[in-house]
Amino acid sequence: MTLLTIKDLSVQIGGTPVLQGIDLDMAAGQITAITGESGSGKSMTALATMGLLPQGAVAQGQILLDGTDILQTPEPALCRMRGNAMGMVFQEPMTALNPVQTIGAQVAETILIHEQVTKAEAHARAAAMLERVGLKVAPTRYPHELSGGQRQRVVIAMAIAMRPKLLIADEPTTALDVTTQARILDLLQGLVDEFGMGLLLITHDLAVVADVADRIAVMQHGRIVEEGATPDLLRAMRHPYTRALFAASARAVDLPPVPTDAPLLAVRNVVRDYPTKRLSLFGPRPTFRALNNVSLTINRGERVGLVGESGCGKSTLTRAILGLEPVQGGTITVDDAPVSQGDHALRRKMQVVFQDPYGSFNPRHRVDRLITEPFHLLDNPPKGEDRAKAIAKALKDVGLPPDAAGKYIHEFSGGQRQRLAIARALIVEPDLIIFDEAVSALDVSVRAQVLDLIADLCRKRPLAYLFISHDLSVVRSITDRVLVMQAGKIVESGVTETVFANPQHPYTQSLIAAAPQLPELAYAADAL
Amino acid sequence: MIRFALGRLASLTASLIVASIVIFAVVEVIPGDPAAFMLGVNARPDTIAALRAEMGLDEPLVSRYAAWVGGMVQGNFGVSWTYKTPVATLIADRIWVSLPLAIYALTLSTLVAFPAGIYAASRRGGAGDTAIMGATQLGVAIPNFWFAMILVLIFAINLRWFSAGGFPGWADPWAALKALTLPAIALALPQAAILARVMRSSLLDMLGEDFIRTARAKGLTRRQALWRHALRNALIPVLTIIGLQFSFLLAGAIIIEQVFFLPGLGRLIFQAISARDLIVVESVVMLLVFTVIMVNFIVDLTYAAVDPRLRARA
Repeated sequence: MTLLTIKDLSVQIGGTPVLQGIDLDMAAGQITAITGESGSGKSMTALATMGLLPQGAVAQGQILLDGTDILQTPEPALCRMRGNAMGMVFQEPMTALNPVQTIGAQVAETILIHEQVTKAEAHARAAAMLERVGLKVAPTRYPHELSGGQRQRVVIAMAIAMRPKLLIADEPTTALDVTTQARILDLLQGLVDEFGMGLLLITHDLAVVADVADRIAVMQHGRIVEEGATPDLLRAMRHPYTRALFAASARAVDLPPVPTDAPLLAVRNVVRDYPTKRLSLFGPRPTFRALNNVSLTINRGERVGLVGESGCGKSTLTRAILGLEPVQGGTITVDDAPVSQGDHALRRKMQVVFQDPYGSFNPRHRVDRLITEPFHLLDNPPKGEDRAKAIAKALKDVGLPPDAAGKYIHEFSGGQRQRLAIARALIVEPDLIIFDEAVSALDVSVRAQVLDLIADLCRKRPLAYLFISHDLSVVRSITDRVLVMQAGKIVESGVTETVFANPQHPYTQSLIAAAPQLPELAYAADAL
Repeated sequence: MIRFALGRLASLTASLIVASIVIFAVVEVIPGDPAAFMLGVNARPDTIAALRAEMGLDEPLVSRYAAWVGGMVQGNFGVSWTYKTPVATLIADRIWVSLPLAIYALTLSTLVAFPAGIYAASRRGGAGDTAIMGATQLGVAIPNFWFAMILVLIFAINLRWFSAGGFPGWADPWAALKALTLPAIALALPQAAILARVMRSSLLDMLGEDFIRTARAKGLTRRQALWRHALRNALIPVLTIIGLQFSFLLAGAIIIEQVFFLPGLGRLIFQAISARDLIVVESVVMLLVFTVIMVNFIVDLTYAAVDPRLRARA
């Protein structure tokens, strides 16, 4: 039975087409996934279906939900449909809830808007719905008291409180840890089965798509380039873009062998305590132990991965290694010099690349100034022609043209910005780079290019790095050794392939089990 | 919530103690001997010394500070050197002008600013928004003493609806309110303009938040989303401004008090400073500090009432 039919949908914003000729059918009780890279029009399709296109957007075509054309429905009638016939779950659970209302009240609001019921009844039903989505906290709690996964459950409860026929989930698990992601996907699948809803799942994560979707639509530049039942589509992959996308996701890079065994970075028994809220007015301040007796070494030219869920202490460890965080115990040394003293010669040996390539650059400086920032660490920074040469070389190393030096950061795409961040790290020829979720915000094809670039750099000269990521498949392909961190402790470490193939610690096992797997694809090799 | 209130109360007390020390010290270092000032330039040194002894100025600093603070705690602010009346009485007379005036002005500005700000935010970029934002520009730019004179010219001299100045006392509350109306309007205008702008921008920030999109996806209309979800979240910066404005209105109304011949705290402190009546200056400033700190305390409590996230932090 057809639930949603999108016919020849086109959307323009300010004269620029963002969606062109979208055709999509989805049935009740099924999961249809829309996938593609950022800017391909996935979210715009979802918003059009909810009748929530941004102001100034002009839509043509038809979006039929149970025979009602959303595009022709006036706003008051749309308000009656939203939350009632169709519900929507968004990407960012941390900000999707009103911080000043209890979660119970926010779920009850969906019911109160659409039905003539007493407040007490609405709240009772909201509580039941929160229980159904597997939330084990009282409805009187506020959003800030909940974790990301719990908040996403609240958002789901809000969206399905009226048992809509269509649920749209826009990147519902992208902001969550793998184990939480697995549980939320389970919940969504369970709800589809139980309520007979149609689920339109929007995600860039092909492993998730292949795992849960009944049908897949692949979008590129505002068009659906390929659509079909999941097994058929995975088998055939008629469109080259689909093949390229899957190939990029499964991308494994070739790393050269580790050159030496000479130790570079040594972290020994490091402890970091954060003071937390006082329990009584004049009592002692309790502490939270973010790093608990952490030890690790990285040899020259060695590529080490660090995985673990959010809040496990990855970022604290990064900052401690960079000497940006005081530690309460243990030592961190680079070439046997403690990082806490932080002289320039030492800092030159370590550079960092962060997750958000845009946020880590000053938008008012040109690229030449941005990437030469680490020059202040040198005693005799190159000047004049030498400086220009160094800039050109750094840009060339990361695959950017020399004229990029005169541009501003907003003129670059996300992947190019991350290349610039790498260029900035490389310009002082460090021995160690810390990649802190450095490819997490990138699209799969761009991510594959950046990973290739990193492997390339390793071939040119021995480069050691600590690669921090929540994405296990990336860590698996780009590191020699891996460390698994849980609650401030390193619970397992070893050669990457061994750990992934045969995890020993229960936590590592649960992480690997929860991570969705891309199916083995015969075409992956062809597309390269 | 109780813990939060107690925590704020403790820091409030500490602020008061620090403030009293600072005020005492500053007044001590102001040049000019009050006794010499009161007796005039031709006074003989022994007369001045006798007056200093009478005023207690020859006692050690610490014991004078202790006497001052001890007196204030018991409600005894000392006796004014120039007025020869207890400072408590002087303040009590004037606070019944300044406090109602401040509350009156703040009520007016809030009553104007909230609807204006909300209306402008809900019609962002529309004609109503542009008109309100233009009006607030003007409101911020016009000096309030000039506006006060224009008000007197129109409503007191030409239309004769209000008197041009003076204060009849609270024996007839209606007459008292009437006397305070023009000054309150003059004070409220720039405050309302600022408050409306803060309200608008704060609301617009909130309307761009993710939870507004969530609310719309639940089926709320734009209007419902604004009133039910955006408004309460937008109140925090607005409350901050209101708290600052109240403190300002209480002591900063001095020019308006001058224009309307109102016997308020502003005039009292101005006269006391000119006459080196240090005991009055100290006491009034201390009282103002106390009020400002209390207002901040109340604002803090309202923050916590509005936003559950702030309740946890003491």
